[in-house]
Amino acid sequence: MKGPRKLAVRRGVNLLFSGFCVLVTGVALFALIAILWTLVSRGAGGLNLDVFIRATPAPNSHGGLANAILGSIGMCVMAMVIATVIGVLAGTWLAEYGGRSRYGAVVRFLNDVLLSAPSILVGLFIYELFVAPFHGFSALAGGVALAVLAIPLVTRTTEDVLALQPSNLREAGVALGAPLSLIVRDILWRSGRNGILTGLLLAFARISGETAPLLFTALNNQFFNLNPLKPTANLPVVIFNFALSPYDDWRRLAWVGALLIAATVLAVTVVARIVAREPRRP
Amino acid sequence: MNTVNPVEDFETSIADVDRAQVKVDVKSLDFFYGKSQALKGVSIPFARNKVTALIGPSGCGKSTLLRTLNRMYALYPGQRAEGQIMLDGEDILGSGVDLARLRARVGMVFQKPTPFPMSVYDNVAFGVRLYEDLSKADMDARVEEALTRAALWGEVKDDLKGSGLGLSGGQQQRLCVARGVAVRPEVLLLDEPTSALDPISSAKLEETVTQLKADHTIVVVTHNLGQAARVSDYTGFMYLGQLIEFGATGDLFTRPATRKTSDYITGRFG
Repeated sequence: MKGPRKLAVRRGVNLLFSGFCVLVTGVALFALIAILWTLVSRGAGGLNLDVFIRATPAPNSHGGLANAILGSIGMCVMAMVIATVIGVLAGTWLAEYGGRSRYGAVVRFLNDVLLSAPSILVGLFIYELFVAPFHGFSALAGGVALAVLAIPLVTRTTEDVLALQPSNLREAGVALGAPLSLIVRDILWRSGRNGILTGLLLAFARISGETAPLLFTALNNQFFNLNPLKPTANLPVVIFNFALSPYDDWRRLAWVGALLIAATVLAVTVVARIVAREPRRP
Repeated sequence: MNTVNPVEDFETSIADVDRAQVKVDVKSLDFFYGKSQALKGVSIPFARNKVTALIGPSGCGKSTLLRTLNRMYALYPGQRAEGQIMLDGEDILGSGVDLARLRARVGMVFQKPTPFPMSVYDNVAFGVRLYEDLSKADMDARVEEALTRAALWGEVKDDLKGSGLGLSGGQQQRLCVARGVAVRPEVLLLDEPTSALDPISSAKLEETVTQLKADHTIVVVTHNLGQAARVSDYTGFMYLGQLIEFGATGDLFTRPATRKTSDYITGRFG
């Protein structure tokens, strides 16, 4: 009776393997839930209106995170504006224009390298380029550093999304005699809009928690600052400084800040999933 | 039967057509995908205001031939055509040909419906806007005319602002026909236009094609022999990159002149 035994062995192996998969998934999920739980349990208690309206406090005095929140939003928006323009155009060029050329292959390769470049290197690069020559840390430099991180992500997703558009659609535009620029703008960008938008949102989620590139560029500021050429507070660096401090007030605010970033990333990711799923409309 | 060189030695039968009525004249056309040759010395006339069907088994070169007529292949490096394709006496394979102008004169509808991600109205107006600066009223009239000729007006006239992607497959394909005819091309190429459609939608599209020949010279590639017999005036049968037989549709289907054609239309291969 070789047949049934073989089947039993196969079932056993199958059970073992599925069990192992479930176990490993459980470990990953457990770590994730533990992190979120720690964040919520330590951060939620410190959440109050002051967090959103008062600037970071001196040690042992009362304050909030408003200047850091404002600075983070400002720098992320700056970064996303830059990354959207450069990333979408570069991805479009790779997908529709020069992607098959040697130069295109080199650009794609370098983009992939940038995609996994350590963010602290990006911070140092912008420090050398923007901060050292002008003798000043600034929100602008911070925004540019974050943009450098976001650009390869946006370039990659844009190229992938455009490459996924059916070649029929491209040919239908060509068959009408439309120039490529118009086919890209009116047909391909539109039909890939949700995919490109998802890529932008994920890039935003990726950069919103970055600390390393901001340490050397935007630095920090205890006060409100609206001048993009001055050092500016931002959540990641404030968390970094406050978490390492000996003051309880500061450490509590660091947990609140971490909770805010995690909540933002979660919200943006959820929105990205909804956008990606929504049926295409004109 | 000679089997030494089966590709070269098929008997062929190419019927004469009234030269004055030829709109597009393909002469000794060779076509290459890189190193592999897909068309071998194809010569075929397409008559003005008639429907010509191209039939043959998969891979015989009928779609390739169609895609040379608007030089769609020029999109892809490595594909090239040699020979002559005379459109009203002008060789469209020449190097000085303006491709945008050529494609305004030779429209195309694809196998799968390809509505653009925009409203029904904008889909139809898209091509027209490339070549003409029409007033709102003129454009409205042009869109209505094109949709009417594609037999779609009645179904979409109340929702022209609705997305072209929201239509059914058959409606989308007729929208593509409307988009093609809105530019008022002289020649309309249809590449298996009903293969993705249900029988009722197919029948509607066939009716549309029959009506369109009043204004256009039509070339239709089809796998459906019944469709070729119903809509076309002339039929070309292709096999392995060669044109085996060409003639009036009635003659070709009832009295095929070559053995290969007869085998194909009686369902012995293909």
